[in-house]
Amino acid sequence: MDFNHSEERRMLQDTLHRYLSDNYDAKQWATSVGHVQGCSDKIWSDFAELGVIGALFAEEHGGFGGGGFDIAVVFEELGRFVCVEPLMASGVMAGRLLSELGSEEQKVLIGDVIGGQLKIVPALEEPQSRYDLDAVETTAERVEGGYRLNGTKSVVIGGPSADKLIVSARGAEGLQLFLVDAGASGVERYSYPNLDGYHASDIALVNAVVPASACLGTSKAVLPALDAARAAGVVALCAEAVGAMEAAKDLTAEYLRVRTQFGRALGKFQALQHRMSTVLIEIEQARSALINVAGHLSAEPSLRDKHVSAAKNLIGRVAQLVCEETIQLHGGIGMTEEYALGHYAKRLMMMDHQLGDVDYHLERFVGAMQREAAREAMS
Amino acid sequence: MDLNYSADELAFRDEVRSFLKENLSQTLSEKVRLGKRLSKADHEEWHATLNRQGWLAINWPEEYGGTGWNAVYRHIFEEELCLAHAPRTIPFGLSMLAPVLLKFGSKVQKDRFLPRILDGTDWWCQGYSEPQAGSDLASLKTRAVRDGEHYVVNGQKTWTTLGQHADWIFCLVRTDPEVKAQEGISFLLIDMKTPGVTVRPITLIDGGQEVNEVFFEDVRVSVTNLVGEENKGWTYAKYLLTHERTNIAGVGFSTAALVHLKDVCAKQMSGGKPLLDNPYFAARVAQIEIDLMAMATTNLRMIAKAAAGQAPGAESSMLKIKGTEIRQAINDLTRRAVGRYAMPFVSEALDSGANAQGVGPDYAAAASPSYFNNRKLSIFGGSNEIQRNIISKAILGL
Repeated sequence: MDFNHSEERRMLQDTLHRYLSDNYDAKQWATSVGHVQGCSDKIWSDFAELGVIGALFAEEHGGFGGGGFDIAVVFEELGRFVCVEPLMASGVMAGRLLSELGSEEQKVLIGDVIGGQLKIVPALEEPQSRYDLDAVETTAERVEGGYRLNGTKSVVIGGPSADKLIVSARGAEGLQLFLVDAGASGVERYSYPNLDGYHASDIALVNAVVPASACLGTSKAVLPALDAARAAGVVALCAEAVGAMEAAKDLTAEYLRVRTQFGRALGKFQALQHRMSTVLIEIEQARSALINVAGHLSAEPSLRDKHVSAAKNLIGRVAQLVCEETIQLHGGIGMTEEYALGHYAKRLMMMDHQLGDVDYHLERFVGAMQREAAREAMS
Repeated sequence: MDLNYSADELAFRDEVRSFLKENLSQTLSEKVRLGKRLSKADHEEWHATLNRQGWLAINWPEEYGGTGWNAVYRHIFEEELCLAHAPRTIPFGLSMLAPVLLKFGSKVQKDRFLPRILDGTDWWCQGYSEPQAGSDLASLKTRAVRDGEHYVVNGQKTWTTLGQHADWIFCLVRTDPEVKAQEGISFLLIDMKTPGVTVRPITLIDGGQEVNEVFFEDVRVSVTNLVGEENKGWTYAKYLLTHERTNIAGVGFSTAALVHLKDVCAKQMSGGKPLLDNPYFAARVAQIEIDLMAMATTNLRMIAKAAAGQAPGAESSMLKIKGTEIRQAINDLTRRAVGRYAMPFVSEALDSGANAQGVGPDYAAAASPSYFNNRKLSIFGGSNEIQRNIISKAILGL
């Protein structure tokens, strides 16, 4: 048993930590958030150069990582600096789908993704789909030499800066995925910022015609690949949450040490000490849930997905506690846009709306638990 | 024991309902229902509407243009306004300053300021908190030094709600720094147009600018604007706080927000069915409704006491804590209910009368901003931690 990261992962984490300390201050954050695409080309090419994107891909696909803990160390640091660059969408989610399902020709694109020249973003969810990746109403109709796509994809994070999209659609063969140029005719993007500073797009596909070669994987392989991609995405989100929670906790503990009311530091009031202790305990729980899910990213799907739901549920609950308690313990200053805490708080809450919220994953966990019990009863 | 309103009270409720039907415009109530940021003009429109009806100053005596209603009538009125999604009236002049002037102000002050509150000439804001004086309000430092027939004021106030619209500010200022903190404070009325007063809006994490910093640099204020006696301001401030707390439970707000939440749940789909059919979500909504039903009765118990002439004491701290927790929990569920549409943030779409297009259903835009904005409920008006201190001291005797 060893709960330490490997030497390589520690080095990667240290490198990224130093880079972000030096380069991702409040001013850079504001620059990225204020950019019409919600990100920075400079930061992105630095990420590529530092190997941060490559760390999200396995060696067989030209990367040098791709495991659960590779994703975890990268995203914990991104969370600590509330980094809004779309690495989860492009590096983790789309990267997985491409690695898993891509033809040799399509996999060539991975090199450009790792090199930072190409952003591919998954456009899976729809206005009515809530958190279900298979509730797809976008249609793929066979036409001469390819497919015609019609439908709407909603709140596609990273959409504004995407070069290509991975679009899910329902065709004669069932659920299918397509690699679509974001600028292709028939692809209309309406882009906007999210509350946490990430940018997203609603994407209308209006008779968008793609060649047959745009089809990604066979229909049968799509759903398992979407589940695997979601699992990797959840690892990234959970790690990002843990990093953000640690930073919010540190900021709050420091504030309690320096802020004086009634003639003494706020941190000397026992009622507040106890609440900070609870925050600390719950963040440790979150870190363990993250270790559980990262450690099972390559496990067989039913076990993996049980951990996915456990982690996303637990960390969603803890993130809300940390958000609300750190604001409350700060008082009014914690609610101002000028002060860093609010950025963490908003990111922590918005994460709950990505890849399934606390209730969604509780329901999935209950399903897994009931299936297990039924199997036990049969044997 | 009788849990019902009397016939007179029910008749009054009907009267309020028909008034709202005829006088509250659909445009205005939609803005409130959808959580838009109201403009100064929106507030002024509603203020004038209530004033025309004579229903503006619900806690003033009739001789000054108030309604003279008792606590039950006031409660019925406020609840109906919330349920109809009427804008809240701006409380600073009406229900915070006015009671202090009525009790401690000079005749000249009453005659000068009260009519101007009613007719909307003066918009008041509150100058209490300072950067270093939050929960520990008595440690405030803004100085007022007597110079002939004036005070010269220097210092800074913060969290001044809607101060950017205000014509006047009532301030707690330090007039004697040598004595115990509470004994050197005075209650001063300051014209915001006086040279040396600067207002800087603060952007909050919901993107709105509803609070401000107010700076005072050698601001000269006539001594005729001192309320009551010098160095007695803390007494007046405490008196004011008991009035601030008459509608502190916010039952009407919660009830209206719960109706809105259920409406959202009916429209929002989960697994192909309305969200309220999802047992996990339904359980969360039910839990809140159960809590709210009990709190509504706790609130009425306190109101009945107040109507019988017993002044609200530390019980209002209970209502503040429970009431704000419930309101925050409903905001939380509304945020959850809208799913992924809780993320998009087109700030301009929240502005009153804006044409900017939001993302997703119309009720989604304000869901997350409202959740974050209402984190303030457990912070302001005496944080919930301060309220717990009051309960343990004043009720439990600890």
